[in-house]
Amino acid sequence: MADYTLKLRRFDPESGKAAYWEDFGVDLPPERSVLDGILQARSRDDGSIAIRCSCQAAICGSCAVRINGKTALACNTKLGEAQDMARSRRGREEITVEPMGNFPVLKDLVVDMDAVHWKKVQRVVPWLLPEGDPPEREYIVPAEAMIDITQSMACIQCGACVGACLSLEADPEFIGPAALAKAYRFIGDPRDGQHEERLKDLAEDPHGLYDCTHCFACVEVCPKDVAPMNQIMRLRRMATSDYEIKDKNSGYGHEKAFVNLIEKYGTLHESQLLPRSYGQGSLIRSQVDPSSLKQLTASLPTVIGGLKSGKVSPVKALIHHKLPDQKQIRRIFHEIESEDERLELNLYIVGEEATEEEGAMAEGKGSET
Amino acid sequence: MKVAYWPGCVSRGFTPELHGSVAKVAPMLDIELEELDRANCCGAGVIAEHSQELADTLNARTFALAQDVDGAAGMMNICSTCQGAQSECQERLDADTDYRSHVNGHLKPEGLSYEKAGDWWNKNFLWLLVEEIGLDAVRERVVRPLEGLRVAPFYGCYIVRPTKRLGFDEHPDRDTYIEQLLAALGATPVDYAGKHKCCGFPVITMAKHTSLRQAGSQIADALDADADCMVTPCPLCHLNLDLQQPDAAKYVERDLGMPVLHLPQLVGLALGLEPKELGMNKHVIGTKDVQRKIAELAAA
Repeated sequence: MADYTLKLRRFDPESGKAAYWEDFGVDLPPERSVLDGILQARSRDDGSIAIRCSCQAAICGSCAVRINGKTALACNTKLGEAQDMARSRRGREEITVEPMGNFPVLKDLVVDMDAVHWKKVQRVVPWLLPEGDPPEREYIVPAEAMIDITQSMACIQCGACVGACLSLEADPEFIGPAALAKAYRFIGDPRDGQHEERLKDLAEDPHGLYDCTHCFACVEVCPKDVAPMNQIMRLRRMATSDYEIKDKNSGYGHEKAFVNLIEKYGTLHESQLLPRSYGQGSLIRSQVDPSSLKQLTASLPTVIGGLKSGKVSPVKALIHHKLPDQKQIRRIFHEIESEDERLELNLYIVGEEATEEEGAMAEGKGSET
Repeated sequence: MKVAYWPGCVSRGFTPELHGSVAKVAPMLDIELEELDRANCCGAGVIAEHSQELADTLNARTFALAQDVDGAAGMMNICSTCQGAQSECQERLDADTDYRSHVNGHLKPEGLSYEKAGDWWNKNFLWLLVEEIGLDAVRERVVRPLEGLRVAPFYGCYIVRPTKRLGFDEHPDRDTYIEQLLAALGATPVDYAGKHKCCGFPVITMAKHTSLRQAGSQIADALDADADCMVTPCPLCHLNLDLQQPDAAKYVERDLGMPVLHLPQLVGLALGLEPKELGMNKHVIGTKDVQRKIAELAAA
């Protein structure tokens, strides 16, 4: 009996047949990769198995697939771990390998990266757009100014986040996590001269900055800890706080409304969130601005449904109690909002400090972390 | 077990039936609730989007209030979104001593301070039931096994991703807890594609199409898997899956009509409470069919 069974999703567009599953036995130790397994099946059993791969060391970003339903690099996933996952997650022995989601399949495990991933990356103008005449020699940038974008620069363009993105699944036109992380790579770069224009473009696009539903799927699958969603949140922070871009998607309004309501009440006054979001944060504007009125009217059936069910009473919708210590919440808001610089702790860059035990061990070896 | 209890905003706002259910169910499971009535909104990721330091400070304040509750084993929340937003802030606060003391500086005028401690925890109701109360203890208290009720679990993104932050190293099967709990209550867990997917709620005001396509698709998948109802530990998911369901149906162009229960409601039914006591008459999508099944169980 083989050490492992790989259940591969097969598809050949020239055969005229629908996609199907096929099992292959693989004889390799547990520390070898799923990619090694696929390559063994290809050389031993069926030379027609299609998979895109090159470096086999999680650098080239070619072999992203879905293993037991979870998007990952095949070269970066050990057979032993994949089988443990198949057993605990799915209660079966075989390791399933199928092409990534959100992509058209070209053959077997090979997807059309051009049609989705590269097209979206092109959309965000993935090169530097400096302002003014270029300097005679290189651009001089202080090293600290570049640290923040090193996380997005770590991207290897494997498309795993695109394959796992749950917003893309619902809206194929969404610019998506990889391209937006790439956008931050330039919007966070002090040499680029088009920050505001880029942000405005992404904020106004109905499939752009505010189409990300904050589901963490991209963060979960990225093999390089790029955390694309975190870069999207940075873009939003810049668009709303630094450039005050009042987009027609209500991204600015939603953030303003939410933050202001917590400053005012301490907990969320839900019935004001919707109108304030549509009114760029303002309750009055929400009721005089034509586009806001249109959106509010469209929400009426839902509001009426809520009232009819009895879960929301009209009184509760109007009156929201402040926290007993609301002045403390206001003080905290004031203290932080009046700081000169925004304080952000990016654990990707600073790392977690050693625990006391680890620290003691490190000291014992004479090397402090 | 006594816990410092953070109910969140939505459970006291648009889903009052959730807050009410927890108040009834907790004592039946020997969970003593001390409500944190001075605590503030977790920020739901939106405040963190505006200012990380502000979100971290607001949640450090809640943690500090919880740590001051005498005799509490830890802090309990009843919302996947609160869990996710708070765990994210706690990760940063715990990672860096200097940062933590800077944040605590903002809490000093109130005499509060969040202390990093390995044995202090903040767990949602689901995690608490499985890890602290134990499924055997739950099973012992079931007086009305929910036999034959086919339930589709809907977790909410914030308690399943990112696994590294959410304690999956220590508890690798946290994304199967609802199924385990359903089995303990005698119900039949339904497997379907949407259980760990997104309800779409966070973008309901910004990208309605994406939001309701997500809600509609997940409900449709549960329907196709022959579920009698869905169950969720997240009130924000409940808003998109229940309150918005009539609208979501239009975006996926089909009839849905899927009842969506809050997790504590389902636990309450198995513990013998009546649907009305659990606020099941206050849903947008009627729960009559589920109630009828429960009544048949009682008769049997």
